[in-house]
Amino acid sequence: MHGSPELPLSFTLNGDAVSVEADPAARLLDLLRYDLGMTGTKEGCGEGECGACTVWIDGLPADSCLVPAFQVDGREVRTIESVDPARLGPLLSSGATQCGACTPGVVMTGLWILENPGLLRSHAIRELMAGNLCRCTGYDGIIEGIEAALGTRS
Amino acid sequence: MERIEGLAKLTGRERYVDDLQVDGALWGMTVRSRAPRGRIREIRFDPAVDWSEIVVVDHRDIPGANEVLLIEPDQPVLAAERVRHVHEPVLLLAHPSREVVRRAAHAIEIEVDPEPPYLDVSVPPRPDQLQRGEDNVFKRLRIEKGDVDTALARAARVVEGEYRTGAQEHVYIETQGMLAWEENGVVFIKGSLQCPYYVHKAAIRALGREPDGVRIVQAATGGGFGGKEEYPSMIALHAALLTLAADRPVKIVYDRGEDMEATTKRHPAIVRHRTGVDADGRLVAQDIDVVMDGGAYVTLSPVVLSRGIIHASGPYRCENVRIHGRVMLTNSPPHGAFRGFGAPQTHFANERHMDVVAAAAGLDPIELRRRNLLLDGDETATGQRIVDGVDRIALLDQAVDLSGWREKEAAHAELARTDPWLRRGMGLACFHHGAGFTGSGEVMLASRLDVAGLPDGRVEVRSANIEMGQGTLTIFTAIAAARLGLAPSEVAIAEADTGRVPNSGPTVASRTAMIVGRLVEEACDDLRLRLGLPADARGEEIRQAVREHARATGEETVGRAEYEPPRGVLWDDATYRGDAYAAYGWGAYVAEVEVDLRTWATRVVDFVAVQDVGTVLHRTLAAGQVQGGVAQGIGWALMEECRWKDGAMQNAQLTNYIVPTSFDLPPIRVHFGETPWPGGPMGAKGLGELPIDGPAPAVVNAVARAIGVAPTEIPLTPERLMDLDRRAEGRHARIA
Ligand code: FES
Ligand code: FES
Repeated sequence: MHGSPELPLSFTLNGDAVSVEADPAARLLDLLRYDLGMTGTKEGCGEGECGACTVWIDGLPADSCLVPAFQVDGREVRTIESVDPARLGPLLSSGATQCGACTPGVVMTGLWILENPGLLRSHAIRELMAGNLCRCTGYDGIIEGIEAALGTRS
Repeated sequence: MERIEGLAKLTGRERYVDDLQVDGALWGMTVRSRAPRGRIREIRFDPAVDWSEIVVVDHRDIPGANEVLLIEPDQPVLAAERVRHVHEPVLLLAHPSREVVRRAAHAIEIEVDPEPPYLDVSVPPRPDQLQRGEDNVFKRLRIEKGDVDTALARAARVVEGEYRTGAQEHVYIETQGMLAWEENGVVFIKGSLQCPYYVHKAAIRALGREPDGVRIVQAATGGGFGGKEEYPSMIALHAALLTLAADRPVKIVYDRGEDMEATTKRHPAIVRHRTGVDADGRLVAQDIDVVMDGGAYVTLSPVVLSRGIIHASGPYRCENVRIHGRVMLTNSPPHGAFRGFGAPQTHFANERHMDVVAAAAGLDPIELRRRNLLLDGDETATGQRIVDGVDRIALLDQAVDLSGWREKEAAHAELARTDPWLRRGMGLACFHHGAGFTGSGEVMLASRLDVAGLPDGRVEVRSANIEMGQGTLTIFTAIAAARLGLAPSEVAIAEADTGRVPNSGPTVASRTAMIVGRLVEEACDDLRLRLGLPADARGEEIRQAVREHARATGEETVGRAEYEPPRGVLWDDATYRGDAYAAYGWGAYVAEVEVDLRTWATRVVDFVAVQDVGTVLHRTLAAGQVQGGVAQGIGWALMEECRWKDGAMQNAQLTNYIVPTSFDLPPIRVHFGETPWPGGPMGAKGLGELPIDGPAPAVVNAVARAIGVAPTEIPLTPERLMDLDRRAEGRHARIA
């Protein structure tokens, strides 16, 4: 009753080269949290519904609970640990976080919008954020924080 | 002032229980019954598994009483001979590998000789379904005022209705979890929880220890909403039993499926109304019957029922009121605390019914409520005279005006004429919520809190009330800083650790800011007194005195406070008469919905939430409480459905238990009336639960007005709405 054989795996994590031996079927989420000690990324459901586990893979947000670790071999992963706190002021003031369990995922999706404002030509923020469940805020604090960070709100 | 721990949360640095990584810790796992009721015949361990490497614990390993002590000691920590619900814990396992322990749990068969379960409270139990007394009733309560029968006989009109509300899952985004270890003979249990001293009380009982033999510490808690009020005691005991058996730290963290199927939910309820009105639409009699499904064990059901019936007649004036309530034992997993605690169920029924009464009386819903809302000096169903200076009619008018009700109704009529499929409607709810424990509850809790002067001149608030997102740390900091004239950075809040903080009671019942916040003020005053300072001493004087006192005595100065009820608040538990709560928050919510007759989907397109909760202590936090509560209420009203089969939740996953996303909700427009309440800190009253009382009736009333049906049950899913419309002769059912 022991795990599968481990595979060597190399990828870029928050700008640093990382090489690990990992069970190829392990979830990226578990690799980050339990093997690499990066506990900022959270698990809310384990089935791709809540977005608490959102990280970026090659610049796109992804639910790390649905990504087998071997799939990030050779790719670039970015987690909440890489985020500059100085960028988070608007989200702090708007009440974007309450219990904080959804928050790292919310921030990762929010930053993706901030860095790709062209998305807003075809999608509303509420639509882009719909993959991140929050049970505390009712979303207003999150939406207002992102708007404020975008400078679209006085 | 920004949220104290906000940046730690935004950067992912906040540490929840699953983020605590302890060397040598084992993963714990619970093995459950899988039968709704019966006698355990045999437990079979698959011989293919090497059980010598797995720690296995059963009821015989419990050193103290096999009870999860709360109101009654009926719920076992681990089932011994019989099981009463499908997710009843029977065995505990632990192993260093989470994968191994998970597979081991699947390699155990628990054979149960089945007995007939009781699952539907709308029919009385058969003799072979009885498991408590002669009727499976956990608790019966009644409120009586005036002469209901005579008033009904004389009423111009009597309107009847029956309303149903479903179970609701909390879906805090952090699932439940606990870490336990032993250190110098003391069992430490740390995890996601709302009530450190509830866990402590349960732990000393089941572990058979002295109070100082167990220490309960709260880890950062990723949402609670009541779901982490009682169930954490169960997980804490399981983790503790495993750590004692393994002699290693043990962590149990539920995955979402286990959390949804095994932990508590909002009590399902059936509420019947018989209402008499006079020729002017004034209430002359309210006859109300409330039945709740308590699940397999008592947990908090009697107090949920109590709060439910006390709020059942709404914020209205009526001379003759009879409310009967009962909560039943069933073979579902125990239902328990959930934000609102019984009141959302009875408010849904009452406010939905008020619209039915209005139609019968030929009044619009606004006018009916204006005629009946409590005025200052009026009495509630329990005979409590309300004199708090809040103008409840003005709150209603404000909500109606802000929503644009009158203009929108005209536009909706036009839409119905011109659009084949889309219909819109406005809906309203007026409601109230008592803050703090019911009746004499706060007196019995006798909460205590300390504010200590630290050697560096700062002060530390020591309380057992925890942060779970609602803002306790920020609010306590703001209150202490204001009271002592210190900067927020000079106020520390102690970790909620039963070894370090006094018992200021559970973090529930909208009591933290109002009741415990007031204790923060009083302990600050006591600290000032003990420092030998005058009552108006602030800032630098406090700082200096704290430092000097520490230098001179080598000890910190501790200001203490203990709860005392506000003068003149009297309650009689025997007759259920008197002042049920020291203070109430009042709300008037308006929803605008759009129903698509092709899909029967309902979308909330606008929502106005007007409430008076006394002085608002922190605008962003308060608005966030309202918006989050409204979102949860809209979910309960329209989409959150627990599907049950043989006492088991069939949709225990977020794939098909649907909670609102950002795309499902409009901006929630929040407004506060701010009538200060002298009994609360800086004039504040409780807030956390009020916002979940109003959304469901407001939304469902809006749907009713949009398409001319009379829904009586939530969640009002598209399927239910379609059925309802077809039964109402299919006026809208244009596609076969
Ligand atoms: S944990 Fe990955 S989406 Fe919920
Ligand atoms: S802040 Fe609690 S779930 Fe979003």
